[in-house]
Amino acid sequence: MEKSDSQKIPQPVGENVQRIDALEKVTGSAVFGDDIQFGPGLLHARIKRSPHPHALIKKIDGSKALALPGVKAVVTGEGFDGYLGLYLQDRHIFATDRVRYVGDPVAGVAATTEEIAEKALDLIDVEYEVLPAVFDPEYGATPEAPLLHPDLKNYAVANFIFPKADTNISNHFRIRKGDTSSAWAQCAAVVEHKYRVPHIQHVPIETHVAVARVDDRGKITLWGSSQSPFAQRNLIAKALHISQSDVEVIAPYVGGGFGCKAGVSMEALAVAIAMKVRGRPVKLLLTREEEFHTAFVRQGVVAYFKMGCDKDGKILAMENRYYWDGGAYTEYGVNITRASGYSGTGPYRVPNVSVDSFCVYTNHPVGGPMRGFGMPEMHAGLEQCVDELAHAIKMDPAEIRLRNCVRGGDIILTGMKMHPTGLSECIQKAREAIHWDEVHPASGPNKRRGKGMAIMWKAPAMSPNAGSSAWVEMNEDGTATVGLGGQEIGQGTFTVMAQIAAGTLGIPFENVRIARPVDTDYSPYEWQTVASRLTWSMGNAVMAAAKDAKRQILEVVAEAWKENIDDLDIVNGNVISYKTEESISLQDITIYGMPRENFNGWIGGPIVGRGKFMPTYVTGLDPETGQGERSVVHYTTGAQAVEVEVDLETGRVEVIKAVAAFDVGKAINPKLVKAQMEGGLVQGLSTAFFETLRLKDGVVINPSFVDYRIATSSDAPADIESIIVETAQDDGPFGARGIGEHSLVPTVPAVANAIYAATGVRVGAPPFSAEKVFLALMEAGLVKGV
Amino acid sequence: MSLHRINLKINGVAEQVDVASNTTLLQMLRDRLALTGTKNGCAAGECGACTVMLNGEPINSCMILAVECEGADLVTIEGLAKDGQLDVVQQAIIDQGGVQCGFCTPGILISARALLNRNPDPTDYEIRDALVGNLCRCTGYVPIIAAVKQAAQMQKQAAQ
Repeated sequence: MEKSDSQKIPQPVGENVQRIDALEKVTGSAVFGDDIQFGPGLLHARIKRSPHPHALIKKIDGSKALALPGVKAVVTGEGFDGYLGLYLQDRHIFATDRVRYVGDPVAGVAATTEEIAEKALDLIDVEYEVLPAVFDPEYGATPEAPLLHPDLKNYAVANFIFPKADTNISNHFRIRKGDTSSAWAQCAAVVEHKYRVPHIQHVPIETHVAVARVDDRGKITLWGSSQSPFAQRNLIAKALHISQSDVEVIAPYVGGGFGCKAGVSMEALAVAIAMKVRGRPVKLLLTREEEFHTAFVRQGVVAYFKMGCDKDGKILAMENRYYWDGGAYTEYGVNITRASGYSGTGPYRVPNVSVDSFCVYTNHPVGGPMRGFGMPEMHAGLEQCVDELAHAIKMDPAEIRLRNCVRGGDIILTGMKMHPTGLSECIQKAREAIHWDEVHPASGPNKRRGKGMAIMWKAPAMSPNAGSSAWVEMNEDGTATVGLGGQEIGQGTFTVMAQIAAGTLGIPFENVRIARPVDTDYSPYEWQTVASRLTWSMGNAVMAAAKDAKRQILEVVAEAWKENIDDLDIVNGNVISYKTEESISLQDITIYGMPRENFNGWIGGPIVGRGKFMPTYVTGLDPETGQGERSVVHYTTGAQAVEVEVDLETGRVEVIKAVAAFDVGKAINPKLVKAQMEGGLVQGLSTAFFETLRLKDGVVINPSFVDYRIATSSDAPADIESIIVETAQDDGPFGARGIGEHSLVPTVPAVANAIYAATGVRVGAPPFSAEKVFLALMEAGLVKGV
Repeated sequence: MSLHRINLKINGVAEQVDVASNTTLLQMLRDRLALTGTKNGCAAGECGACTVMLNGEPINSCMILAVECEGADLVTIEGLAKDGQLDVVQQAIIDQGGVQCGFCTPGILISARALLNRNPDPTDYEIRDALVGNLCRCTGYVPIIAAVKQAAQMQKQAAQ
């Protein structure tokens, strides 16, 4: 028998195993939040919300509502004086003295039916004094703007967020590197632009749902569609001034998250209402319209770029400023601001950099994390500017990217040394796959073809010490159950974790179970299912737990067989000895242990392995210059290229072919990696062509799928190619790093650059609707108006 | 509100349910019969997550009143697999990787089954057209379209 090479990737890591959740999801038996049965005791909650973008609350009278038969409780902010907020605690559960966006919750009702609860809302009288509002982040950042959070200076805040007292600026992140002012003179070309990227929304097909029950002891149980069971436990406990261990969050399958089910949004409302009707479960299910009005949004941004290069295309300087429309409160906005600051040059090596990134309170819906966490919004303009630089010096746009893209060993804008990355390989592969240098004729006389490319980088944006933990418990039948706290939101993480556990332990994939639903009372701690961090971070924890279990098993067998542990291994569910070629099934030994020689007692016992992972090496950054040794854990990089055909008569843009190439370190499951690349690309195209959350005086005016269009089956390109590049991550499990968000980061600018290549017209900020493209073509004189 | 007694067949089984006149078919399925495989994504006929087959036709169950279903023959996602054997559309969507979060999946599978019932050999265009009312935010549709193609092939082979 040959001893296996420890460097070898063990099966089933790297294989396209079938999703562990596939069967229950195709038969309708998978349980989502609204599917859990609570019986006839269930109460239904509805929320009374502010109709004003900014107003003082003068009086709330719920007495008439409470008198309505079937109404069990009317709850306001009275008695809930604690604050919510992941990085900056700036929000009460219910608005108390002031409302700051249309939809801000002011009261809640629990009733025996949804209809009664809805009716009760009309009976709650709220008196407001309307105040002037802020709808533009640039204006909001000026001293003239009305102050939305006069208490900003008193809010509790994470030590890497820098709010400015007595302003609407909840965070200002700065980079100062080199000397931009003297660099412009050496540039052969300088490009300067402003982009206004609109608000969009996540639009999971499952709306937010939370069910809360409070027992007589005061223990809270919360069931919900959640990306962040542990963060919710923590934040809700803090807001209620109670112990974290008195909040249990149970999180079934999530029907799409994309960030909007991270942190705390509406969940605390259900808890607060349930506290007033102890013993009864209270369900709050957002209607689709309510979801559009009140769920987290992807923040709008006003972005200024100035960049220049020399005649050889070397980028010499960038001066970029971002004004993020953080909305009324800032669960995540302050950290999106920070992320777009420390990644503010895009994936380029730039010697002279100035970046200012502001998070500004406005009277818009609350900015949350959305797939990409600031990167799609930032790259939308940045990657068009780089394209313009290339054209200005008559260089191939792919070539300028190859010359300047970040490589291992480069010092990036924060002063951090870049780790090995395959970005240039991604560019090359995307270029080949799209047949970059070939010219394809358009399909008609009034049509134009063109190809565009954009590249990207993104680091997991999170607390520097966001941790993961896991356990691996062996069962009587030789299977292993993996305990974890990260959530299956469609990305396939349960499958990937099972692969990592199976490969590490040496048992077949079919013999691994995932303990679910995630339950904060039983599952091991996980920071949050965000930032594309699970494969890497939770994967490390699961791998450590599986190694621990394996070591425990082998110690027992080594003692029983009187062998050296180094001669033993677990292969295909059996412990084997490379020395004696003896073999024993795990079934017999991982619970009951093994008998000593001559049945002289026993060795071992139930096996439970434990593992954890927490990055310990991220350093603080200088608040004035943004410089530091290690700004982030790592970057995933990649490139997309698209070929489009623009119809000059209608302005409609058709994507003929789309190519994506990303460096994922190591694809634990290539099929799932490609599914992320493909799904993200189409979501990116949806944002490129269709999506804007239209806000008029703070009111969402397109709160339905008819008026807020997302990509349908008729919009997916017929030809998509996904390419996996693997430059190992030094601290990733088997070298892996994340891919979930990255796949939509470069899509918008790739499309914009392709439209330019086809028509010579720059369309600016998305969405590139047929109408917008047609008007741009008309303005450029390419077509005549009708 | 007075209740109406309706009789119908759901997944081949006769059911009798007392429903209010304003109860939708979706509410009856989920809240009264605990057939929660059919999902509520918008309650406005816009997302397709609640698609069921009513007398062979795919419909949004949120847009039909339960009382309209007297005597109807209904197929929900729970009735797609027969005797533990997956329908070819279910097997194909697994094979092609067309499942992610899974929330749109039941509605998509019903639409796909209804398509293959009326058109056993659909073109790409016909598949896209049949699924245009089923929104999916995860997959980008590409593997779902491929799955319906594969299911058509599997169905053809099984018939031979």
